[in-house]
Amino acid sequence: MNEFIFFINNVVISGAVAGSIYALGAIGITLIFSIMRFAHFAHADMMTFGAFMVFIFTAMFPGSGAALGIPTPILMLPIAMAITAVLAIGLDNAFYKPLRDKGVKPIVLVIASLGVTLMLQGIIRMFAGTSSRSLYIGERKEIYRLEVPMEGITRPIVITDPQIWLIIFAIVAVVALHFFLTRSRLGKAMRAMSDNPDLAEVSGINTRAVVMVTWVIAGALAAVAGTMLAMDVALQPQLSFFILLPIFAATIVGGVGQPYGAIAGGYLVGFVETLSVFNWSILLRPLQPMLPEALEVPRNLALVGTEYKIVVPFFILVVVLIWRPTGIFKGKVI
Amino acid sequence: MSSIIEVRNIHKAFGGLKVINDCSIKVEEGSVTGMIGPNGAGKSTLFNIIAGNLPEDSGTVLLDGEDITHDTPDQLFHKGLLRTFQIAHEFSHMTAMENLMMVPPHQPGESLFNAWLKPSLVRDRETEVRQRALEVLAFINLSHVKNELAGNLSGGQKKLLELGRTMMTDARVVLLDEIAAGVNRTLLGDLMGNIERLNREMGYTFLVIEHDMDMIGRLCDPVIVLAQGQVMVEGHIDEIRNNQQVIEAYFGSAETAD
Repeated sequence: MNEFIFFINNVVISGAVAGSIYALGAIGITLIFSIMRFAHFAHADMMTFGAFMVFIFTAMFPGSGAALGIPTPILMLPIAMAITAVLAIGLDNAFYKPLRDKGVKPIVLVIASLGVTLMLQGIIRMFAGTSSRSLYIGERKEIYRLEVPMEGITRPIVITDPQIWLIIFAIVAVVALHFFLTRSRLGKAMRAMSDNPDLAEVSGINTRAVVMVTWVIAGALAAVAGTMLAMDVALQPQLSFFILLPIFAATIVGGVGQPYGAIAGGYLVGFVETLSVFNWSILLRPLQPMLPEALEVPRNLALVGTEYKIVVPFFILVVVLIWRPTGIFKGKVI
Repeated sequence: MSSIIEVRNIHKAFGGLKVINDCSIKVEEGSVTGMIGPNGAGKSTLFNIIAGNLPEDSGTVLLDGEDITHDTPDQLFHKGLLRTFQIAHEFSHMTAMENLMMVPPHQPGESLFNAWLKPSLVRDRETEVRQRALEVLAFINLSHVKNELAGNLSGGQKKLLELGRTMMTDARVVLLDEIAAGVNRTLLGDLMGNIERLNREMGYTFLVIEHDMDMIGRLCDPVIVLAQGQVMVEGHIDEIRNNQQVIEAYFGSAETAD
């Protein structure tokens, strides 16, 4: 039964972690698309930016979370979320809004966001260099080993502190977003603007306010995703660049412009990714005695090697789009 | 009577094409003013400029004496200037009822603070808005489709819904852009009846772009004829019908008729 625990550790927990990060990022991208109709490539670097803000504040006040019994980066996260939200509004005012006011085609905004990506990466590297750092400064990353009181199980379920926080944050964010979109009038205004921007405007909806709220939500969630990723792995300037493509795949799989689709797409991509790099021979090995001698369970039965993990989101993307051409939740097509 | 909308010396060019060329019009308060003209005369462009959907090159637009030239559509909405679209717009993923309930301004739920902390305030206002939406749906004869997604309504029903939207708030001026286009005769009768009632009972001023001359004749007085981005003539429909200049603008030169 130890093999089963191995499966939980390597697929269930890892998948939930990757899925939560993808979902948090994809929600932002999908909201930006639904309101402003362009693919925001600089999103991943807003994540890195948020994580770096956490790093800076943690370095300034190391160990201050201990008083509350939480890791310092978690304590600093709300500040980073606020700063990243402000950055997002700033980026919009400086780069995207002037273009929108000129009435450019969406592709121009996409290219502009690519420019912003490179710029943000450059700025982060200028100040932080290229080395990788830990967000735990003078603290230890707690690793919980949960013993499973069952016969024949000797291995524990292993989950780390940031992974627990990430899953909690993801659940809270999803629930809060749901209530915001369905209950509050501002959320309804967002849905209205996503549905028909011209009509929203002549219905007295302040579209500038809606755009701002969108950036605030997207920026804050990006900071959460970036920080959690950095806590789970390590902080690098090019960190989010690695997950930009899976996040876009998750957005499209879920249905572009559909917040619930982004959540579904995020977890789908996360779990399939971990399932496909999982070494299945570990689960099959106990069955070896029952198999004929000619059949030997190979040592490695992963569907793809870890180094080709990036292929998986796009494989899912293609499969899902053949089945549902506009994504699971029927997204917008432009 | 005073003019509620006054357009002064508006110019608008798209590239080298001058669409509006020094155009000035006045719409009297309480009137149903018609605007006709051949295709390409600049009617819709002028509408878009008045409603804040399109920036003008030069000129001024006044609403009740106040300069609204640079106001955005949502600001104009709050000042009581509403418009409908030539091609009916709707929130296709919301029901007819929800479409109407989107409209009224100053709902407490608009503020996040109220939405989270004062649900009773939000609920009371919601009840009020819902009641009004039901009344409007009854008025425009759409009660039977209130829970239908607006995207599934017929073209004519969408047009009625456009008119209904303008009734959800206390509008002063409503710009109707070809509200009759693509609407069948029976529904058109309803539509015109509703416009007349809104004008008479609720004091709405209408500025109407229309190609349907019967409708213009029945509803509108005065009628403004636009041609090549300028006002060609303005007056009662009977005068317009017999105006040689207008006939020429629509049908070309009338010389061969003699």
